[in-house]
Amino acid sequence: MQKQNMLPQSHQDTKVHKVKDNKDNGIRVGVFVCECGFNIAGTVDCDELTEWSRGLPGVVVSIKNKYTCAEPGQAEIRRYIKEEGLNRVVVASCTPRMHGATFRNCCEDAGLNAYLFEMANIREQCSWVHLGDKQGATDKAKDLVKMAVARVTLLEAQKELEVPVTKAALVIGGGIAGIQASLDLADAGYPVYLVEKEPSIGGIMAQLNKTYPTMD
Amino acid sequence: MSAGRHERIKYLSYSDIEEITGYLGNFKVRVRQRARYVNEKECNACGECVKVCPVVVPDEHQFGLGVRKAIYMPFAQAVPSAYLIDMKSCLGNNPIACGKCKEVCEKKCVNYDDYDKFVEFEVGVVIVATGMDVYDPSGRRQNPKSQIQNLIEENPKSQILPQMRDPEESGTTYPGKEERGEMKDERGQRREERWERGEENEGEYGYGRYENVITSMEFEILTGPGYMTKGELLRATDRRVPKSIGFIQCVGSRAVKRGGNAYCSNICCMNTVKDTLYLKEHYPDMDAKVFYMDMRAFGKGFEDLYRRSQALGVKYIRGVPGDIEEDAETHNLVLTVEDTTSGKIERHNLEMVVLSVGVVPRIDGDGVQKLLSISTTGDGFYMEAHPKLFPVDAPTSGIYLAGCSEAPKDVKDSVTQASGAVGRAETILSQERVKIEAITAKVIPELCKSCGICENVCPFHAISVDRKNKKPAVIIEAVCKGCGTCAAECRFGAIEMSHFKDEYIIAMIDAMLEDKPNEKIVAFACNWCSYAGADTAGLSRIQYPPTARLIRTMCSGRVDEKFIWHAFKKGAPVVLLSGCHFADCHYINANRWAQRRVEGMW
Repeated sequence: MQKQNMLPQSHQDTKVHKVKDNKDNGIRVGVFVCECGFNIAGTVDCDELTEWSRGLPGVVVSIKNKYTCAEPGQAEIRRYIKEEGLNRVVVASCTPRMHGATFRNCCEDAGLNAYLFEMANIREQCSWVHLGDKQGATDKAKDLVKMAVARVTLLEAQKELEVPVTKAALVIGGGIAGIQASLDLADAGYPVYLVEKEPSIGGIMAQLNKTYPTMD
Repeated sequence: MSAGRHERIKYLSYSDIEEITGYLGNFKVRVRQRARYVNEKECNACGECVKVCPVVVPDEHQFGLGVRKAIYMPFAQAVPSAYLIDMKSCLGNNPIACGKCKEVCEKKCVNYDDYDKFVEFEVGVVIVATGMDVYDPSGRRQNPKSQIQNLIEENPKSQILPQMRDPEESGTTYPGKEERGEMKDERGQRREERWERGEENEGEYGYGRYENVITSMEFEILTGPGYMTKGELLRATDRRVPKSIGFIQCVGSRAVKRGGNAYCSNICCMNTVKDTLYLKEHYPDMDAKVFYMDMRAFGKGFEDLYRRSQALGVKYIRGVPGDIEEDAETHNLVLTVEDTTSGKIERHNLEMVVLSVGVVPRIDGDGVQKLLSISTTGDGFYMEAHPKLFPVDAPTSGIYLAGCSEAPKDVKDSVTQASGAVGRAETILSQERVKIEAITAKVIPELCKSCGICENVCPFHAISVDRKNKKPAVIIEAVCKGCGTCAAECRFGAIEMSHFKDEYIIAMIDAMLEDKPNEKIVAFACNWCSYAGADTAGLSRIQYPPTARLIRTMCSGRVDEKFIWHAFKKGAPVVLLSGCHFADCHYINANRWAQRRVEGMW
């Protein structure tokens, strides 16, 4: 979060983009291309990608940010959802394993179902693995965005199942890590089942004479 | 051992997990408590039974450097503080044979007819802290199976990467080696010849042959006050304290060429520094030398300890010994080593040598791994959800990793990670209700022909089909984990996967192959090992041509052959279907169905 606050405003693309009308089927996709500093922009031509994405079917707005995951980048997604009535969002940035949850929450905050969001992984699976091949990487990034747009256009809103939580924990292994985890959980007020395969808890540390750095 | 008294902790020691089912917030667990043959609650650890027990066996807790009786307590401070009987060595209930402990126990705790008990309970989260094993330099035991070995074992006809096989394997009595005789490399052949001459049994650096070569774990037992030597570091050959001692670092670690593991075991450098400080404290005149590749004193306060050890006169020699010989008379050891700072070959005469052995993943760790569908990284340790952002989460929600199960780490790091895992677990436990992912299979009843294939392939038994009465399949949503195998297997299009419907995937293929299809590789990647693996390639900046485009599905089991045909029809020259290693599938065995399906295509 600190990194986000420290970002100077000038890093954000503040000019207002023209929003197209999509008369076909009411699908309004927003594409948000992330430069990730130089992580993506160093290999993928993000300007070209952004420009090109605007021509994809269903896309009504395509903009680029230095860091889409930073608060100004997220604010822009929320603003476009609310003001321009986006009903599908594609973020072309890192792997969804990294920031998928960030952007899903961002969409939810703006009232868009999180399952109407899709990521195009143009960092881990594009810019970082095709360093030095700007043309090839840019072409691939275009395809990845195109695929994400094609998919997001069809996606349907989903309702997540809510389930009750059993307020107890299982700890497998009674070594030092398992003991510490059990104690912390028990101190926090939760019943803990500590399962150990040996006749006694203690694990390998019970066999040690001294341990560093305290030498006891 | 304050854990021994906490009222909210229920101990199930000497127990194995038999079954874990369910999902985030609602796991059902079945535990087998093995019979101890001594009532754990009644036993007051008086020790009378041990005195009369006639059976003496090597003590596993002391790595065989001590003995215990058949009725025993693993170590003095054990929790629970109660005895148990090792039935394999006990003479048993037969009054002619023995029965002495039962006679002598005043509290009548001994029960030879004790049996395994089952405990069932429900929990919201699981913390996996299954720990590590210590690298065994004896050469007797196989290292835990690597992914590659798993792969080869799964598919014996596999011709992949013969050079990556464990060289140990090809030469020894590993089953089935005849079938794969052509895979044998030269080294394996030489080994086999040695084996036939009876020389194969030698461990690293003469471990197992030279009695004065010990491991760092045995060092702990020899210096521990509670064991056989009462804390005196004694040589096995003449029962006296050695005047000189050498530590060899990186045994089994950073040692692919030497038949060990590729990774750094994290703890051994500092453990040796600690050992030398201990020795200098107790035996100030002992000559201590450490042979190393790199000393890695990276933690808080570690460099100070390292410097203190140097200041106390411990000699650190940069070079890994190439050879070790024993003087037949004195049983002293002669190490030959190239000191890489001076470039000279040196010979060091030492009275004792300690092998600083590394950390290996739990040798029996795949039990828990399979129960919880946890993946492992290439080194065999459990995989975290993300190396930076979710270092304590397992990829499956509600499961967290702590300690050495995830990677080799020291006490401090284990404790830190354990507390971290608890913090993550509390984000679930502190809530009344949680949301679970909506990616599940749905039946379209009008299309279902009640054939029952889906019921057959579902790894989680989430589907039931009443075949007799021709009723459409029923899916229990909360049990469905969303692999999509049923949707891919259904011949009638009667199952659709929410969020991964056929048309979404077809649309992605179409979008990808709209122009220049002949230059592109269509790659279907499962969410776990494959998509995450491609991410790891990115993190490591491994470069490859920009021809492949990944289509993510939750599991390779989701990939219908019609997607593959569709890609070929659209002009793709190559289609790649990638899933987890067979043993690592997040959906138990769903990737097998994917393999079967693809193999059935031609």
